[in-house]
Amino acid sequence: MSRRARMLFALMLAPAMFLATFGKALADDAQRWAVNMPKGVTPVSNAIYDIHMIIFWICVVIAVGVFGVMFYSMYAHRKSKGAVAANFHENTTAEIVWTVIPAVLLIVMAIPATSALLQVYDASEAEMDVKVTGYQWKWQYEYLGQDVSFMSELATPESEIYNTAPKSQYYVQEVSEPLVIPANTKVRFLITAKDVIHSWWLPDLGVKKDAIPGLVNETWAYVNEPGIYRGACTELCGQGHAFMPVVVNVLEKEAYNSWLAEKKEAAAAVRELSKKTFTMDELMAQGEEAYNRSCASCHQVNGQGIAGVFPSMIGGAITTGDITSHIDIVVNGKAGTAMQAFGGQLSEVDIAAIVTYERNAWGNNTGDVVQPIDILKHKQGQ
Amino acid sequence: MAHGPAKGIGRWLFTTNHKDIGTMYLWFSFAMFLLGGFFAMVIRAELFQPGMQLVKPEFFNQMTTMHGLVMVFGAIMPVFVGLANWMIPMMIGAPDMALPRMNNLSFWILPFAFLMLSSTLFMDGGAPNFGWTFYAPLSTTYAPDSVNFFIFAIHIMGASSIMGSINIIATVLNLRAPGMTLMKMPMFVWTWLITAFLLIAVMPVLAGAVTMMLMDINFGTSFFNAAGGGDPVLFQHVFWFFGHPEVYIIILPAFGVISHIIPTFSRKPLFGYSSMVYATASIAFLSFIVWAHHMFLVGMPVGGQLYFMYATMLIAVPTAAKVFNWISTMFRGSLSYETPMLFAIAFVILFTIGGFTGLMLAIAPADVQYHDTYFVVAHFHYVMVAGSLFSATAAVYYWLPKWCGRMYNETMGKVQFWISFIGFNVTFFPQHFLGLAGMPRRYADYALQFSDWNMISSIGAFIYGAAQLLFLFNVVRTIRSGKPVSEPKTWEGAEGLEWTVATPAPYHTFSTAPVVK
Amino acid sequence: MSTESSYYVPEQSKLPVLAALGMGLMAYGAGSWVQGGSALVLLAGALVMVFTLYNWFSTVIHENMAGMNSAQLKRSYVWGMSWFIFSEVMFFACFFGALFYVRVLALPWLGGEGGHAGNDLLWEGFEPAWPLMTTPDMAVNGENAQFMGPEQHMSFPGWANLLGWLPLWNTIVLLSSSVTVHIAHTALKNSNRAKFNLWLGITVLLGAIFIVLQVEEYIHAYQHMGLTLESGIYGTTFFMLTGFHGAHVTMGTIMLLIMFLRGLKGHFSPDDQFGFEAASWYWHFVDVVWVGLFIFVYVLA
Ligand code: HEA
Ligand code: HEA
Ligand code: HEC
Ligand code: CUA
Ligand SMILES: [Cu+2]
Repeated sequence: MSRRARMLFALMLAPAMFLATFGKALADDAQRWAVNMPKGVTPVSNAIYDIHMIIFWICVVIAVGVFGVMFYSMYAHRKSKGAVAANFHENTTAEIVWTVIPAVLLIVMAIPATSALLQVYDASEAEMDVKVTGYQWKWQYEYLGQDVSFMSELATPESEIYNTAPKSQYYVQEVSEPLVIPANTKVRFLITAKDVIHSWWLPDLGVKKDAIPGLVNETWAYVNEPGIYRGACTELCGQGHAFMPVVVNVLEKEAYNSWLAEKKEAAAAVRELSKKTFTMDELMAQGEEAYNRSCASCHQVNGQGIAGVFPSMIGGAITTGDITSHIDIVVNGKAGTAMQAFGGQLSEVDIAAIVTYERNAWGNNTGDVVQPIDILKHKQGQ
Repeated sequence: MAHGPAKGIGRWLFTTNHKDIGTMYLWFSFAMFLLGGFFAMVIRAELFQPGMQLVKPEFFNQMTTMHGLVMVFGAIMPVFVGLANWMIPMMIGAPDMALPRMNNLSFWILPFAFLMLSSTLFMDGGAPNFGWTFYAPLSTTYAPDSVNFFIFAIHIMGASSIMGSINIIATVLNLRAPGMTLMKMPMFVWTWLITAFLLIAVMPVLAGAVTMMLMDINFGTSFFNAAGGGDPVLFQHVFWFFGHPEVYIIILPAFGVISHIIPTFSRKPLFGYSSMVYATASIAFLSFIVWAHHMFLVGMPVGGQLYFMYATMLIAVPTAAKVFNWISTMFRGSLSYETPMLFAIAFVILFTIGGFTGLMLAIAPADVQYHDTYFVVAHFHYVMVAGSLFSATAAVYYWLPKWCGRMYNETMGKVQFWISFIGFNVTFFPQHFLGLAGMPRRYADYALQFSDWNMISSIGAFIYGAAQLLFLFNVVRTIRSGKPVSEPKTWEGAEGLEWTVATPAPYHTFSTAPVVK
Repeated sequence: MSTESSYYVPEQSKLPVLAALGMGLMAYGAGSWVQGGSALVLLAGALVMVFTLYNWFSTVIHENMAGMNSAQLKRSYVWGMSWFIFSEVMFFACFFGALFYVRVLALPWLGGEGGHAGNDLLWEGFEPAWPLMTTPDMAVNGENAQFMGPEQHMSFPGWANLLGWLPLWNTIVLLSSSVTVHIAHTALKNSNRAKFNLWLGITVLLGAIFIVLQVEEYIHAYQHMGLTLESGIYGTTFFMLTGFHGAHVTMGTIMLLIMFLRGLKGHFSPDDQFGFEAASWYWHFVDVVWVGLFIFVYVLA
């Protein structure tokens, strides 16, 4: 081999050597070096995996053929070796052959693809419905007909995101409260959004669907294996796009039923709390916690907002002015802006605490105290 | 008619010469490439590790958006317009473009448009942050104020593209040398003729899309608002009716360039000229009827899904004809591997890989998993960077001696090729893995299991970026002090009218038309 | 294919950069104006643009009259104008497409048809209809809705009220103007200048009448019918389609007016009249668009 050829060869080998070096790491930590899609735990995800692999291998075979001829020509017909160019061109037979073969291959691909697609779409005869609503930047899950609903938002603290604390195992893939569904049950998801478009994805369930404000899309899952599965929002939805993971906890049926019963009880207890009167300190403490969870992604932990996008909470006409309009904007939001209606997302206690907190934190010091009952009255007064 | 270029800055501001205008397009596009590349570097640096290190998520979104916009509208589209300006008149034996003054106008709109677009980075609320696809309502109700400037920037860019395309069509249809029938036109001219048609057909639709946005934002209409009876998905239909032909606008002229370079360095005519022409036309036709493959998850009825899946898959057939043609041209040729040829071969390999992933994406059920992940990012960088950009680079190396009468440094060219080739693959191949394993695109931050491939991808990106600086250096060095060449034909195997004129090409070529047999 | 033996390539020109500057200023000015800034930059840009275009066109006209233009260049102009009109066709196609999509697909889906059953969860009680008088928002929120539909619509009012229906008159006016401009064209080809001037003048007048009627219709809509740009998707599509068409009619009328003035000055000859022809093609195009509008916006409900 000439020096040039050896150099070329080495260069081409480099990726392979690279892989070989990291091969051990690959074996050690399969998830970190994952190169393929998960097979998943539903019939749909399996079907998708299968069709993915079929197409992949067809493409590999074509590639080997096509690149094979090309590399052969590059090697055998190079000028430096004294190759003299032939002068043939235009050959109708060849052109028909290479039109027909790909066309046939495409048909071969289209058949299993069609049946897989029909399966993806078959949401009929579901045993239960969950409505999924995307908000900037969290998910709401409502169990239709069960009177149970809750918000599911990122649980990873800012300190981990901004590298002041070590990252935990499920960094940006953990939520305040996961969706819970029963195994071996056909669950239909009705997906929509309140503000911008989001997309709800659980790779292991083979489920991804756009959540579009004003429209409801449906999809479904039938999970065989209980467990915790993690996914993500996949439609650009603003600055928190990377921070609204989807987590689902699949339980055996009995476990699911007792979870649901507990959930209903807890909801009743929270409703009860709305009638209690809290002290300023209690409200401030809970308010800080709830503010940081629900509001800080826009208005920032320091209350200063982001100039030109999210208003500051400090000394504003609303946050230090009329209490009613302050409660109103939190409960009902402001249509056509990113300021969403929190009335349906947060408990009365939380809203009261947040409003109290905003009116007294960061030097606002209005001294106002808002009780849950005020919020309840505001809601009913409409 | 003046015989040489005017002196001073006026030469460039007031020119009507296709070569001057071509040169300006090329430099402008390179400047935009560096800018867009710089944004990409910010993206890759932030994604080097999990966690937010350099920028805020909000700014990250602005970087992604501006990177996409600047690369597509500022770098790739103008580079091919620049090549068209330089080469089409020379290839068809015309003295200049058909409408030389409008030609200059088409160019000079661009600096204004991009100045305006870039200036949004410094405005309150920041630059556009809704992705280069700017889906409503993120780009309407929820957009930063600067969106208005973005909208008008798109409007005037569109005007520039339409005028540029009209010019190209008029030139090709009207100014060919006697004897040059349509079916004797060089492939690059053919691909541009069809591209220009695509541009005129879809740029107005893009203008319509941004106009609807403008109305929704400022004048209370409800195109994209279900509460008023509109539909956010409408935006996506309109956008992709433009957007899908747009990706072929980006690739067709690249096909044209490759169809010149491969025969030259194989010293053998293009295998199937007419089938190449028909394939190009078929691709263009199909590009109008497949747009919703970008929208497989918006909740179309299943019949719509199936139709768009089948139609999209069909595009593989004419594209296959192209790939097989290039390979048959190389087969039993007499091949040599100068820098343009290296880029052309890499183009064929890497574009085909990108085409395969495109085909996988077209499979609607599988797209459930692929959609909006790094698998898509990998797909389109394979077709756009290793496709269009490699082809544009090849074109510059290929025609540079003709343009400036000096030869570039071959060793440096080859070094640049190999660094680019390796850097490119190290950057984008792992992104397939990332996407399949579950990393969504447009993410400022990611889960820990994606750390390793991301780090490798970022390293590759820095390598690839460095190679582009070498390219710049090589080109500038050639123009200033490259080895002079003077024979009309730089490359032994080259064919075509452009290789019959003197080297460097005189300021005005073909003031009397050559006759083509 | 070329048949000429020599070409005319224009000298350097200051006009293109100026035009680009004008467009840049207009774009920037419009951007700041729509968000509440001053309109000064926009106006400045428009002035630069008008000045440049005026000079540009007079240059072209002078070159042509000085005999510098070859037949080939004229063919380039023909191609240029035709493809420009094609681009305008696509622009309107975009809005017609939106109208089609909304009427045929989006509204029924919002109403829960076609496998979109879950939409009842959001828009309970919404009934798709065209013209859409009750928006989904109103169906749910009643008087508190942010997006209110119109009180009345512009669609076909029934045979009894036919003669009081403005769009019908608009159609008549515009269709006859296409005929008159054609008569003018024939007259010019036959060297009958008086007839040319007369019929072109009538065309311009008809164009102006159309614009007046259209303005009248808008005023009526805003003041008496509760029909505005903001009246949900019906108002949106109605005003956007007719509005852009109206803008194009205005453009076309100005173009024809200029051709009329040029005609008075003795420009054009029986075999060289491209400026006028271009304007008349544009006029026919605007006319065809109107027919589409009349059918899809006004008649078919
Ligand atoms: C230059 C630009 C370019 C080109 C040429 C292509 C080419 C193709 N693209 Fe790609 N595409 C993009 C640019 C491009 N694309 C961009 C920018 C996006 C993302 C936009 C965004 O969301 O931001 C995208 C996204 C995209 C999607 C949406 C993915 C998603 O968001 O979920 C899909 C889905 O169908 C797709 C498909 C295809 C197909 C089928 C082709 C085909 O044309 C490919 C045909 C080529 C081949 C198949 C290879 C050669 C053929 C052979 C060797 C013959 C034999 C082969 C077979 C029989 C299999 N592309
Ligand atoms: C043809 C168009 C084109 C081109 C050429 C490129 C080139 C590159 N792109 Fe691409 N990219 C797009 C079109 C293009 N891109 C589009 C349309 C999107 C989608 C946007 C969206 O989601 O809205 C996208 C999105 C996109 C993403 C996903 C972002 C996200 O989802 O958040 C990434 C991430 O890696 C990326 C990386 C790169 C890199 C590393 C290059 C490199 O090839 C760039 C190399 C060039 C340089 C680096 C410039 C030269 C050097 C310098 C300026 C000096 C500085 C150099 C160093 C510091 C080393 N791009
Ligand atoms: C997704 C972003 C987002 C979140 C989350 C958010 N807000 Fe807002 N908020 C906004 C925006 C945007 C505005 C400005 C609306 C406008 O244009 O008037 C706003 C306005 C306000 C105002 C009025 C400020 C003024 O002076 O005009 C108050 C009070 C407020 N928000 C409180 C809250 C509280 C309390 C929470 C959490 C429970 C919260 N916000 C969560 C985006 C958000
Ligand atoms: Cu929600 Cu992305
Ligand atoms: Cu596409």
